[in-house]
Amino acid sequence: MKKYHIPEYIAISDTGFLFLPSTGETFTLNQIGKDIFKMLQAGESDENIYEKITSDYDVERGVIERDFSDFILQLKSYSLIKAI
Amino acid sequence: MKIAVTGLNATDNPGPGVPVIRSILDSEEFKGEIIGLIYDSLEPGIYMKDIADRCYLIPYPSSGLDALFNRIVQIHEKEKIDLIIPTLDSELFGFIKIKEKLEEIGIKTFLPTFEQLNYRAKDKLFDFCTLHGIKVPKNILINSMQDMYSIPQKFDYPVVVKGIFYDAYIANSFEEAMSAFNKMRGKWGYPIIVQEYVKGTEFNVVALGDGTGNTTGAVAMRKLYITDKGKGWAGITIDDPVLLDISHKLIKGLRWKSGMELEYMKSAESGEYYLLEINPRFPAWVYLAPAAGQNLPYALVQLAFNKEVPNFTKFKVGTIFVRSSWDLITDISKFEEIAVKGEFKL
Repeated sequence: MKKYHIPEYIAISDTGFLFLPSTGETFTLNQIGKDIFKMLQAGESDENIYEKITSDYDVERGVIERDFSDFILQLKSYSLIKAI
Repeated sequence: MKIAVTGLNATDNPGPGVPVIRSILDSEEFKGEIIGLIYDSLEPGIYMKDIADRCYLIPYPSSGLDALFNRIVQIHEKEKIDLIIPTLDSELFGFIKIKEKLEEIGIKTFLPTFEQLNYRAKDKLFDFCTLHGIKVPKNILINSMQDMYSIPQKFDYPVVVKGIFYDAYIANSFEEAMSAFNKMRGKWGYPIIVQEYVKGTEFNVVALGDGTGNTTGAVAMRKLYITDKGKGWAGITIDDPVLLDISHKLIKGLRWKSGMELEYMKSAESGEYYLLEINPRFPAWVYLAPAAGQNLPYALVQLAFNKEVPNFTKFKVGTIFVRSSWDLITDISKFEEIAVKGEFKL
């Protein structure tokens, strides 16, 4: 079970718009991306996120695990997240 | 109070005059008039409503300092100017040179000294930064075509070829560097600077130094859109204490007096900031500063009149500017006024 840390200075709006104040970079997340990001911000583990997403969306566990892993890699590449 | 401002050339390579004026006019405290000092009868700022109350043609710096001073005296007899804010790199040397004569006739300025201006010059910046522990790309000065042949031994391509005042080209080969060198030589003369290319993201800071080493204010920005001339056409204020710390250190080291723009590259490899340039005047995007809470041009006006100006300590992160292109319509008679009489009132 893994948990991630999102720096406090990263803000996400209700529309899924992300702003990184230190570089001025902006990102737009879709609905599922926003849901996952907010769960990460709340300190949820990857296991809890898989469960929540499979119950809210019509998606198989294997698919969400793979997509989640890709999403985490992307967030890391933009310095938006750190593993703890 | 009458403030004269130069650099009303709000073109695709914009001068800072119009945003400096907009900033001053935005201050609720300012009660006075703005006099535009222009070099060309088609500078767009002349024709903008609510920018300059009146405009006057002045001679290009190449006409010599006597011609410039005499023209200012002529304008001063009519207008009784209290302060002149020159905003273009190429005219600063001349204005610093006549600063005392201007004071004698009652016109204030708020300019750096020759020494300060020389330290930040593109050909001296490397030594200054090395002395103060600030990272800066390696560079060589080119004073002849022969010097160009020393590039391959000192740098890997690409390199950046820069003019002494303006313009920069990225050259990926010796042939491209020679082509850029020829353009620069014809346009700006020697020396030409060949600089190590640091791959990364560019960040800029607009700042105001009060001349004692203190930073009155500083706002950091990242360009969001860059034109093919390398000009920022949109930008956003950012929060990076490291960037501001380096800027404060520079202003302290230079004891900088006046507005300035600091250009940095954040290395993609190391994440460290490299200082690319110090421009000795406010940039054309300076209006972002008052929009984010630091009216640096108006603070310069206050400093010029020896008023106490508390340092700005914060600004609103996430403030964006987007530049636009807008056709101004005027009549031939207005153009005639400026072209024939050298004076203009909208």
